Amino acid sequence: MEDAVSVAGAPNGKPADVSFIRKLLRMRETGLIAIILVLFIVMSFASPYFLTWVNMRAMVMAFAVEGIVVVGMTILLISGGIDLSVGSVTALAMVIAGWLFLNGVDPWVASAISIAACTAIGAFMGFFVTRVGLHHFIVSLAIMVIARGACLLGTGGRPLGLFTLPPEFKFIGQGSIGPIPIVIVIFLVVVIGFDFLLRRTTMFRKVFYTGSNEKAAAYSGIRTKRVVFFTTTLCSALCGVAGIIYMARFGSAQPTFGIGMELNVIAAAVIGGASLKGGSGTIFGAILGAVLLSVVSSSLALLDVSVYWQDIIRGSILLTAVSIDHYLVKKRA
Amino acid sequence: MKQIRQPVLFRNFEQIGLAMTDDVILKISNLSKSFGPVQALKGVDFELRKGEIHALAGENGAGKSTLMNIIDGILQPDSGEIYLDGKPVVISSPAVAQKLGIGFVHQEIALCPDVTVAENIFMATTNVSRSFLMNYRALEKRATEVLGQLGDIDPATLVRDLSISHQQLVEIAKALTLDCRVLILDEPTAALTEKEAQVLFKIMRRLAGKGISIIYISHRMVEIFDNCDRVSVFRDGKYITTRSVAEIQPDDVVNAMVGRVIDELYPRKQSDSEKTDDIILDVRNLSERTRFKDVTFQLRKGEILGIAGLIGAGRSEIVKGICRLEGDVTGEVSLNGRQLFLKTYRDSISEGIVYLSEDRKGDGIFLDMSIAANVSALKLEQVATPLGLIAGAREEAQAESLGKRLNLKYGALSDPVSSLSGGNQQKVAIAKMLSVNPKLIFLDEPTRGVDVGAKAEIHRILRNLASSGVGILVISSELPELIGVCDRVLVVREGRISGEVTGAQMTEENIMHLASVGAKATIH
Repeated sequence: MEDAVSVAGAPNGKPADVSFIRKLLRMRETGLIAIILVLFIVMSFASPYFLTWVNMRAMVMAFAVEGIVVVGMTILLISGGIDLSVGSVTALAMVIAGWLFLNGVDPWVASAISIAACTAIGAFMGFFVTRVGLHHFIVSLAIMVIARGACLLGTGGRPLGLFTLPPEFKFIGQGSIGPIPIVIVIFLVVVIGFDFLLRRTTMFRKVFYTGSNEKAAAYSGIRTKRVVFFTTTLCSALCGVAGIIYMARFGSAQPTFGIGMELNVIAAAVIGGASLKGGSGTIFGAILGAVLLSVVSSSLALLDVSVYWQDIIRGSILLTAVSIDHYLVKKRA
Repeated sequence: MKQIRQPVLFRNFEQIGLAMTDDVILKISNLSKSFGPVQALKGVDFELRKGEIHALAGENGAGKSTLMNIIDGILQPDSGEIYLDGKPVVISSPAVAQKLGIGFVHQEIALCPDVTVAENIFMATTNVSRSFLMNYRALEKRATEVLGQLGDIDPATLVRDLSISHQQLVEIAKALTLDCRVLILDEPTAALTEKEAQVLFKIMRRLAGKGISIIYISHRMVEIFDNCDRVSVFRDGKYITTRSVAEIQPDDVVNAMVGRVIDELYPRKQSDSEKTDDIILDVRNLSERTRFKDVTFQLRKGEILGIAGLIGAGRSEIVKGICRLEGDVTGEVSLNGRQLFLKTYRDSISEGIVYLSEDRKGDGIFLDMSIAANVSALKLEQVATPLGLIAGAREEAQAESLGKRLNLKYGALSDPVSSLSGGNQQKVAIAKMLSVNPKLIFLDEPTRGVDVGAKAEIHRILRNLASSGVGILVISSELPELIGVCDRVLVVREGRISGEVTGAQMTEENIMHLASVGAKATIH
């Protein structure tokens, strides 16, 4: 993964052209890798279970699906937006697909409909942001509550057991190719694919222009509203994809799934270098942020730290990362 | 052109000696201030007498604003002393300055748009007020008294609903309510009509009569010579001289400001052989609902056309309307004889009409993005494969060749634009315009916040572009710039073209007259 990214990052292969900003980002990414490695070393001494295959697999599985949402969130943050509804929309994806399946719809068709519905929710938010002119924060806050309500309404508040899901469908969430779980394959495809798109395509360059300075982008003839509409929709669509994978993995649709997910996802993106002001961020960095949070969670669990402390520590990590980010931005200006 | 003429003021002057020390209310001695590597003030001296109107003259970047910001406590000097009434003072914040009796009317309007005029005027008073509740009735009554002498403004209206010139008057009213001994006015007339300006001058003289000392910053020589007692000139962060306006001529001040013959600042004008009747841009009866009406003009090949006017007169709005950046516009626009039906700015770009924004950081460039990414922003397709992949090498090559053409100074093309100086940032913004090989460029304040050297370079670039057949239209608030660069200047007043000046008629007086009073007939 690292190889693919660094190749994409230096399209000219001219080391002399490495800019200050890129150095800075690379520094941040190297810094994250270093922190993660240190955690690994410390934990491998602290807990005999940490470096086991089972634990590694569990850790990767824990952030892989959420990682797909992190990708959507990072792109949205780069364009200057934010989405608080990711957890609810992911849950709603499970609920819609699960409900349709229980009512006799083919699971693949149900999944397609569910992802389409999530995309429509994103488009709906995009409409309120770009046409009505409301802030992302408010719109997604409202959708967060509405989608959660819809989940509870559709299920009566109880998880939908989907025991009859065909095995080939469950394979998405539970199967593996050789030693590698399918979930991780999907995750890597999404991450590498979007990382490439973000770095190299004109379409996604416009996302950076828009987030960096929306007015300047408009004054360069970029249809910034379309860009924001697109990134908002994309984020929800990726939530839909994540929801379906979760459903395949758990074999059930849980209406209360993903509460607080937005914190994790935004934290990962910001720790990885995305700015809440828009205009900067990388997929690679955001995924490293997700890895870090996941390693911390796993470590704390293995060390028998109380769940309540875990939240306090996660929150503190976020605060520290954002402070560093703010300091660096101020230093640059 | 390389003749070096010693500015007249250097001929035989001694600094005005201050025989009567009690006369001096504010004295600045050997003041220095640096911002990083840039030394904004180099050992500056300045003396303000009691009850005088003292003009400060100097180009942008001469150090006037820095000095005033130090006097108002916004900035702290690196070294040097400030004496008020003969006693050394340390002005650590604007609140301290206010306590010492120093009031400052900034050039940029800094009012709260969503509260009333009265509340804005008494913001500082409210801030130090000990009473728990606001007494709105008393506020409005007092505001009416202060405003009464300035103009017809209702103290209960919201500031956002006022015109720019009325907002400026509110700023002045705000300063008048402070019980100040020293009042600093930074280009207060930039947004005022001539009538309003005359009212302001009357008030200034009355205040001076009461013993209040006024520091008056302006680029307009006429205002300085008509209304001020003395003038101090600054250049490149250095104090040059102080003279009584009675003993010198406006030209002397200008020469002292520039420190060299002005010709060098501006490129040659259009030569006779370059004069053609080929019309690049033909605008007829262009109107916008509220901002401008019946605007008709032509831009000919090879000329640089200027647009002058007071702030808020509609200069930017007209060109933004032409290229469909904003506004609901009606009327005819033709480019090279073909009528255009533009709907969006994108259409305008694809026709080769581009707009360089007056607010570089606000909407002109992407500060935190690379130079190359800034230059390519207008038409990414030019540096991308048909599939929409950006070809990094092509993008850099584009930036490199345009950078060379504009003499852009940079470290690496992948550096963020924020790492460049103001002048070079502006060149990146211009490179962005040139990346699409435009047929017509609207430049709004093309040299704002740019140092003198880069300014001259940008002016030369404009002349070369015009000679090569690109239509150039320049909007500027700096009349010397318009006069120095343009071959013809249109003057806009209250959304209409009030006149046009060319050749020898291009003087600050004529332009100001058209901008503030207007004229039925074109001056020729």
